[in-house]
Amino acid sequence: MSAPKSSATPGAAEIDVRGLHKSFGDNEVLRGIDLEIRQGEVVCVIGPSGSGKSTLLRCVNLLEEPTKGQVFVGGTELTDPDVDIDAVRRRIGMVFQQFNLFPHLTVTENLTLPQRRVLGRNKATAARVAAENLERVGLAEKAEAYPSSLSGGQQQRVAIARALAMGPEVMLFDEPTSALDPELVGDVLAVMRRLAHEGMTMMVVTHEMTFAREVADRVVFMDGGVIVEDGTPDQVITDPRHTRTRHFLSRLLDPAMAEVEEETSDLVQGAPKPPVTKQERPPTPPGRGV
Amino acid sequence: MTDTGNETALTPRRSGLTRRQKRALSRGAQYLIFVAAVVALAVGADWGRLQNQFAQVDLAKQLFPDIITLALKNTVLYTLSGFVVGLVLGMVIALMRLSSVGPYRWVSGIYIEIFRGLPALLIFIFVGVAVPLAFPGTEIPGGTYGKVAIALGLVSAAYMAETIRAGIQAVPKGQMEAARSLGFSHARAMISVVIPQAFRIVIPPLTNELVLLFKDSSLVLFLGVTLEERELAKFGRDLASQTANSTPILVAGLCYLLVTVPLGFIVRRLEAKAGEATK
Repeated sequence: MSAPKSSATPGAAEIDVRGLHKSFGDNEVLRGIDLEIRQGEVVCVIGPSGSGKSTLLRCVNLLEEPTKGQVFVGGTELTDPDVDIDAVRRRIGMVFQQFNLFPHLTVTENLTLPQRRVLGRNKATAARVAAENLERVGLAEKAEAYPSSLSGGQQQRVAIARALAMGPEVMLFDEPTSALDPELVGDVLAVMRRLAHEGMTMMVVTHEMTFAREVADRVVFMDGGVIVEDGTPDQVITDPRHTRTRHFLSRLLDPAMAEVEEETSDLVQGAPKPPVTKQERPPTPPGRGV
Repeated sequence: MTDTGNETALTPRRSGLTRRQKRALSRGAQYLIFVAAVVALAVGADWGRLQNQFAQVDLAKQLFPDIITLALKNTVLYTLSGFVVGLVLGMVIALMRLSSVGPYRWVSGIYIEIFRGLPALLIFIFVGVAVPLAFPGTEIPGGTYGKVAIALGLVSAAYMAETIRAGIQAVPKGQMEAARSLGFSHARAMISVVIPQAFRIVIPPLTNELVLLFKDSSLVLFLGVTLEERELAKFGRDLASQTANSTPILVAGLCYLLVTVPLGFIVRRLEAKAGEATK
């Protein structure tokens, strides 16, 4: 399916990550990441927990400060110490695993407060934009509710609407459905799917392989702080080239089978390991797709 | 050795009493002590003299309306002004405590340790005596009211700062991150998102602080006040010595309870509500 991409300079790099390293103390979580996401592209980042995918996403709007390397969004270098980070963040929407709605405000106020305080919009404009975006995620009737009275799925859709109300050029999603009950995941993914079709540039850290396969233009597989594989969903999910990608996918799709595979791989490598290895130290990364 | 130990532990020991009998015995003993204490008090105390000294209805009637319109009013004024000063100062100190600037953290830490460690009475004497000596010619604005507000404020700020700091730290980190990701500056995120939530968390302990201040306002006694500036404790004590009878002290005490008991009730309600909200 071909999505109508946004008209302005199609194919220009919207997110550009160059030589990114990030350490927490002695723990090097990102070990040299290069990633380019073009305007209107939807990129899903997959990988085992502890692979650094969330840290990478958080570096893209500088919630984590990179130890080394550069991050550009829409041509502005975020890692430049002289840049007004608040101004750049206005152009980047972020959706968190835990929703992070403001619990002391109603749904509408959650959407209007940032518009008014950050963008300086007047009350009427902010309210109108809020209503439009609540409509967009199908929650217009919850405008006056407090977040605590909403289901997880509804809260996450409000969080998406809140980010959209700021008119971002890019949307970052950090495992947006991981904290949801399985039956609530669908509504959130539907909103994200529609957003993708509208041409939004999206970087999505996720475990939802079906979503990645159907919606993503590109899938990036990360492990041990590096990008192991980067390509179309067909390449990376259906026909992965690297053993580690295959391992991860089989473990994700069929935990029982993964164990068998893991054991055999242990025999091959001759190194005894606990069955659930969260983070294995990777060898130097192979060449990247792009 | 271990075998025999295990065996004795497993065999039930026979003390001759069942569990229910033991419980009844313990309960009976507690009631007995209680009744004995009440009887001893009723028989032993000289109720006639006590009533004469503390509960003369005629004398109590004469205290009104001044004890309310003057004394209670002043107590409330002293308390509220001290609370406002303490809240503002406490907020500033709490933010300094959380600052990334080292000296701010040290200064606020030292402040908190000093003012939590000193008796409130010393602070009152310090404000009433030492400050006028140190800065001759400068008057604390508002006379006694200003002095009390500052003395009570200095004391309560130390406690409130710690409470507010804990409240700010209790707001989940994701709230600040969400606000920053929307483009809020750190300061704006604090003001619009974090602090409003922190205040919800700290309302019960702050109300409790208000009760403590209400009682501490009695320390005005040591500042030397005019007739018009007297609050409950001073008022009660003055009239007690005038009339050579302690009834005014009792009535003043009842006036304190008139405020502190309902406030305490409100605090417990707020705490229960807050506990429910975090479920």
